[in-house]
Amino acid sequence: MPQNYVPIFLFMGVAFAIPAVTLVLFKLVRPENPHKTKLMPYECGITPLDDARGRYTVRFYIVAILFVVFDVETIFLLPWAVRFRWLGKFGLLEMGIFLGILIVGYIWIWKKGALEWV
Amino acid sequence: MLDYVTGYLSSNVTPGQAGNWVWALIYILLIFLGISLAVMGMVWLERKILAHMQIRLGPMRVGPHGLLQPIADSLKLLLKEDIIPENADKVVFWLAPLMVVIAAFTVFIVIPFGPTHAVTDMNIGILFMLGVSSLGVLGIIMAGWASNSHYPLMGSLRSSAQMVSYEIAMGLAVVSAVLMTSFNAGGSGTLSMIGIVQAQAAQHTWFAFKFFPLGLVALFVFAVAMVAETNRAPFDLPEAESELVAGFHTEYSGFRWSLFFLAEYTAMLAVSSIAVTLWLGGWMRPFPSWHGPAITIPNFWEHAAPLGAVDFAFSLVPAVCFFVLAAFAFIGTLRMPKHPLMKIQKGGLGALALVLAGIGLVLLIPPVRDRIQDIFWFVAKVAVFMYLYIWYRGTFPRYRFDQLMKLGWKVMLPMGLGVLIATAVVGVLV
Repeated sequence: MPQNYVPIFLFMGVAFAIPAVTLVLFKLVRPENPHKTKLMPYECGITPLDDARGRYTVRFYIVAILFVVFDVETIFLLPWAVRFRWLGKFGLLEMGIFLGILIVGYIWIWKKGALEWV
Repeated sequence: MLDYVTGYLSSNVTPGQAGNWVWALIYILLIFLGISLAVMGMVWLERKILAHMQIRLGPMRVGPHGLLQPIADSLKLLLKEDIIPENADKVVFWLAPLMVVIAAFTVFIVIPFGPTHAVTDMNIGILFMLGVSSLGVLGIIMAGWASNSHYPLMGSLRSSAQMVSYEIAMGLAVVSAVLMTSFNAGGSGTLSMIGIVQAQAAQHTWFAFKFFPLGLVALFVFAVAMVAETNRAPFDLPEAESELVAGFHTEYSGFRWSLFFLAEYTAMLAVSSIAVTLWLGGWMRPFPSWHGPAITIPNFWEHAAPLGAVDFAFSLVPAVCFFVLAAFAFIGTLRMPKHPLMKIQKGGLGALALVLAGIGLVLLIPPVRDRIQDIFWFVAKVAVFMYLYIWYRGTFPRYRFDQLMKLGWKVMLPMGLGVLIATAVVGVLV
C-alpha cells in the first residue's frame, strides 16, 4: 500500500522545517560579533598548527568494512525470520549453512587480529 | 466537526493507512510536541536524579525545585551567539545538526503508541527503523568533518565506529524478535511494528519471556547495544570530556548545539520505544489476557457495558499515577521554607499540584480513560528505560575505547548470533 509511505516525506519535511525555521528566525535576536580568535578551531587555547582533515588510523576503515559484511548478513536474515515457521527445518538448515560460512569468516578475522584495537 | 473527530478516533486504521494526510500531519505535530516536552522533562529529571544519587539537590533556583530550568536553558541557547569556525565547511556544518535531528525523529513515524496511534503502519516497519536510525551516523560524521578541528574529527570517527559496531548486535537481536512473531496460527511473521505487538497479544506473552531465557537474553543484547548506539554513559566515548572536550559537537554553539542535544535524547526515546515494542508488549498493559470476573460499571456517557474487574482496575492506573504525582507536589508545597521570598515558588508548586490532580480527574472520564490506556502503558514502559539510562550514568564508570570495541565485537556479536541460532533451533523443535 503506497499511501502508507507518504507520511514519511511529510514527517521528514516537518523535521527539517521546524529546526531550520527556528535557526533562521532567531538570527534576528541573537548577537553576532565575529572575532578572529573566536572563529578559530578550539584546541584548548593553542593556535592550531595544521588542517585537521589529515590521515587517521586504518582501524576505522577495518571496522567499516566488517560492519558492511555483518549488516548485510542481518538484512538477509530478516526475510527468513518472517517466514521461519513456514520454512521449518529446511529453512533452518539453509540458514545454518549461510551462517556457518559467516561464522567461519568471523573466526578467521578474530584469529587474524582484525578485532583487536591495539 | 466533533462528529468527524470522534468518528475518526473510533476507526481502527492509522492515518497513513486511511490516506488521511490532515490527520497524519496532526499526529506528526503531536509527536513533535510530545517529544519536545519529554526531552525537557527528561533534562530536568536527569539532573535531579543524578544529583540525588550523588547526595546533592540539583537545580533548585529556577522555579520550584528547578522545574523551570529546562525552559531557562532552552531560552538561553536560543539567544546565544551562533559561531561557525572560519575554516569550517559552511554548508555541511549547517546541514549536520538537521541531519541528526531528522534521523532521530523520523524513527517515530512507525512507533505504535496504541493499536491506531501511529502515524503510519508499514509492512517493513522494523527494517525502516533500522535504516533510518543508522542515518544518524552520517550526521555525526558530517559534523565532525565540517568543523575542521581535531577534537570533533576524532570524536565523530570514534562515534561512528562505535555506533556501527553495536548496530550489528542490535540487528541480530531484532531478527530473533522478528523470528518469534512467526509463531502464529498462520505461521507467517511480520516486520510491521503494530503487527509485532499484535503477535505478542495473539501468543499471550511478551517476547521478553518467550522461550525463557532466550527472549530476555535478546532484550539484554538490545539494551546494551542501544546505550552504545545513543552514545550514552558508560559508552559515551565520543563525548568523553576528559579526552575529547565534547566530541563531534565541540565547535557547535547555541541553538545548533541544542539540536544535537535534542537529537540525542530523541534517539534515546526512539530506541527505548523500539525495545518496548519488540519485547515488552508495546501498548499492552501487564497481564493483558487476565480479565477477572465480569462487573458492570454505570457509564454515564454510553450504555453500561460489562467488563472484567481486572480490566477496570488497570484502567484506573493512569489517573491514580497523576494523583500520586499531585500528592508529591502538594507535600513539596507544604515543606517549602516559610520565607516571604519563597511565596511565588510555593504558589507555582501548588498550582502544579492542582494541574496534575486536574489531569488525573480528566483521565477518570470513561471515554478518555479507554483511549488513554494504551498510550499510558507505552509511555510508562519507555519511562523505565529512560530511568535506566540515568541510572547507568550515575553508576557505571566510562569504558576505554579498546574495551568498548572488544565488548561490541567479541561479546555482543557472538551473543546476538548465539541467541538467534538458539531461538531458531528451539523454534523448530517445539
